Amino acid sequence: MANLKDHLGRPVVAVTGIGVVTSLGVGKAENWAALTSGKSGIHPITRFPVALLNTQISGMIDFLPSSTKGSSALTYELAETAAKEAVAEAGLDTGDFDGPLFLASPPVELDWADRLALYAGDKEGSGYERLLKVARSQNSLDMFETAQFGSIADRLADLFGTRGLPITLSTACASGATAIQLGVEAIRRGECDRALSIGADGSATAEALIRFSLLSALSTNNAVPAKASKPFSKDRDGFVLAEGSAALVLESLESALARGAEVLGILRGCGEKSDDFHRTRSKPDGSPAIGAVKAALADAGLREDEIDYVNAHGTSTPENDKMEHLSLSTVFGERIRKIPVSSNKSMIGHTLSAAGAIEAAFSLMTMREGVIPPTINYDNPDPSIELDVVPNVKRKAEVRTVLSNSFGFGGQNTCLVMAREPV
Amino acid sequence: MVNRDVVISGIGLVSSLGEGGDAHWDKMTAPGVAPVTDAERFHPYVVHPLPEIDWGLQIAKRGDQRQMETWQRLGTYTAGMALDDAGIKGNDDLTATMDMVVAAGGGERDEAVDAGVLAASENRTDRDVLLNEKLTTELRPTLFLAQLSNLLAGNISIVHKVTGSSRTFMGEEGAGVAAIETAAARIRSGQSTHVLVGGSFQTEHPDMLLGYELGRYLHRGPWKPVWQRQGSEGGGVVTGSGGAFLVLEAREHAEARGQNIYAQLGPVVSGRTRRRNGGLEAGIAELISRTELPGGELLAISGASGAHAATAAEKAALEANPAIAARALSSLTGHMKEAQFPFAVALAALAVSRGAGYPAFEAGEKAFAGKPASVLATAVGYHQFEGMALVSAPR
Repeated sequence: MANLKDHLGRPVVAVTGIGVVTSLGVGKAENWAALTSGKSGIHPITRFPVALLNTQISGMIDFLPSSTKGSSALTYELAETAAKEAVAEAGLDTGDFDGPLFLASPPVELDWADRLALYAGDKEGSGYERLLKVARSQNSLDMFETAQFGSIADRLADLFGTRGLPITLSTACASGATAIQLGVEAIRRGECDRALSIGADGSATAEALIRFSLLSALSTNNAVPAKASKPFSKDRDGFVLAEGSAALVLESLESALARGAEVLGILRGCGEKSDDFHRTRSKPDGSPAIGAVKAALADAGLREDEIDYVNAHGTSTPENDKMEHLSLSTVFGERIRKIPVSSNKSMIGHTLSAAGAIEAAFSLMTMREGVIPPTINYDNPDPSIELDVVPNVKRKAEVRTVLSNSFGFGGQNTCLVMAREPV
Repeated sequence: MVNRDVVISGIGLVSSLGEGGDAHWDKMTAPGVAPVTDAERFHPYVVHPLPEIDWGLQIAKRGDQRQMETWQRLGTYTAGMALDDAGIKGNDDLTATMDMVVAAGGGERDEAVDAGVLAASENRTDRDVLLNEKLTTELRPTLFLAQLSNLLAGNISIVHKVTGSSRTFMGEEGAGVAAIETAAARIRSGQSTHVLVGGSFQTEHPDMLLGYELGRYLHRGPWKPVWQRQGSEGGGVVTGSGGAFLVLEAREHAEARGQNIYAQLGPVVSGRTRRRNGGLEAGIAELISRTELPGGELLAISGASGAHAATAAEKAALEANPAIAARALSSLTGHMKEAQFPFAVALAALAVSRGAGYPAFEAGEKAFAGKPASVLATAVGYHQFEGMALVSAPR
């Protein structure tokens, strides 16, 4: 009989449903097949013209009905699609989830198509004065909803019958992990038996791409898109902007067992530490990331030598991969050379607000399947980063525990520790 | 499960009325105080503008100030005031272990760049290429960071060294409600000992007004107080720039370090009424019933926005309880979106701490002459989500 309380006397949190969408496809089966065969979802941008853009590739989701309908519509559809898969797998009614919703999604802004359409609605005046004039004279409620931060979660709450005020959050590129962390914490506080945590991001607009590009964050390796994302390689030159989503049904182990649900994994621990060094760069000694990893291990009640695999943040930017290696080697010491550390982003790119949730989903599948997805494009190793990155080809392995890292602009560092089985 | 008392041990406030708890108390308890408004800049909309602020008082480095647009600067400034007030600012042991939940929207876009794209769009059919042309050459690279929702929290970490956990909740008034509800729950359960929580809103940017006006929520024409806007031209919301941050703390943690306590934070409740089907009034009444109201006369600080439907529903729900005397804070400050609920909670804390109520903010608000032991704070979203909290004297 598994323990229902953890080492600190809190309810053990199980995962009973997983859903995922990435540029590799819709659903767990399609994604897992592609991920373990080392396939890349990175491709040339077709959603908008790439004239004048330094980066012309991405991992955009181009195969959903909302793919051309703007960030808000696509982010919603991504969230809904992943959550439906997760809730169905958990064996729960789609309309009666009856637990809180935590949604990690990108900050919303009115799309340019809408700004331009509004502007064309009149001939007098200019700039925002005209936009405001048109707005007050016509019904723009659909547009309004796309620019309200709470709208996507509100619609999801309606559809899934989640309980109470849904929380929409952003911790930049750590958002997906934070959504899971909030669900874990709510269950541990005894506020609910289950929570729906979703990370979704369909915000790869031209403006978003240009903004990241102006910060020199993106790979400009346009010639062979599938080769552009190369975490831990010597010639890595930035991340690849991407879209996707994942949803987890989190549930107290007690509730899961009581209703006979299949336990897909355990959310053992969460750790967090913010960085006060710089808006985009990490403290040179890596102490905040180190602190986050250690906090997650402590929260999980595991020692360093009890982690079997690290699902890296591994963005393929020069800065991240160097800092991530520094923090991992500080925490794990010499043993880090022997722990497999792979980056899903080598295949799916950086899905921003969704990344932490997608990578948690893949971490759970890694343990269940006993197969570690590779870091592809590892042709030119960075000699200063001595890691077993599971180069280029998947590896069979017994993986009982995973550390998944998520680091974001604004000094956000969040780590999750997951386990295959309850204790 | 432990159940610790949550107290409010620090307050930072900025609005058109001024800055700081004391200044707000003095202004808002002076009978017949006139709101500060600007009816010219964004005609036909009235806004409550920011007062003049010496940013250097809370953001020492000019380099840090330059990295932020007004919304982030305002939030970072107000957060610094709250930390100062709680005796935490500059105490590295306390800031390094402090958790943070920030309620945020987005930051200010570059108005000139946007206007340039819009103007050029009239002579172009290849508008997507036009966007690439303009945005790649005219956007300031660092502006992105000044707009990102979670970078208000990021700047607070950098400037004030608050480096425990950091979460940013997005979503108008509901984000402010959820931020306080989550922070309080963390402290009650022992997950946190002290939390910085709050938000800021800078309305003096046309894109921020557009966010409301796409839903035709803004009041037009001459300024009116909150409860008197029904039937007026426009949607009823008058916005204001401002910020509110609170330091919430476990009682024993605050007492152990000899910190002044303003108030105890009682139940924080939130909801999501499916408003399309009506029923908002009943939803608000249900929230009131969950706040464990004490008997007798009760002061309420209402965050009502003025939005016609939501404000009418809140008014009816509050008036259904004859013991409640409500004050609509937006009559004096304007609607501050994500900062609205933290601001209402702060004003409630000031009242129980001072042992006195606020006079009516407008004609028609019921008199309240007693010494409030508890004050209700509400925020009913102009469009969605609602919440409230009961704030009580510290004991």
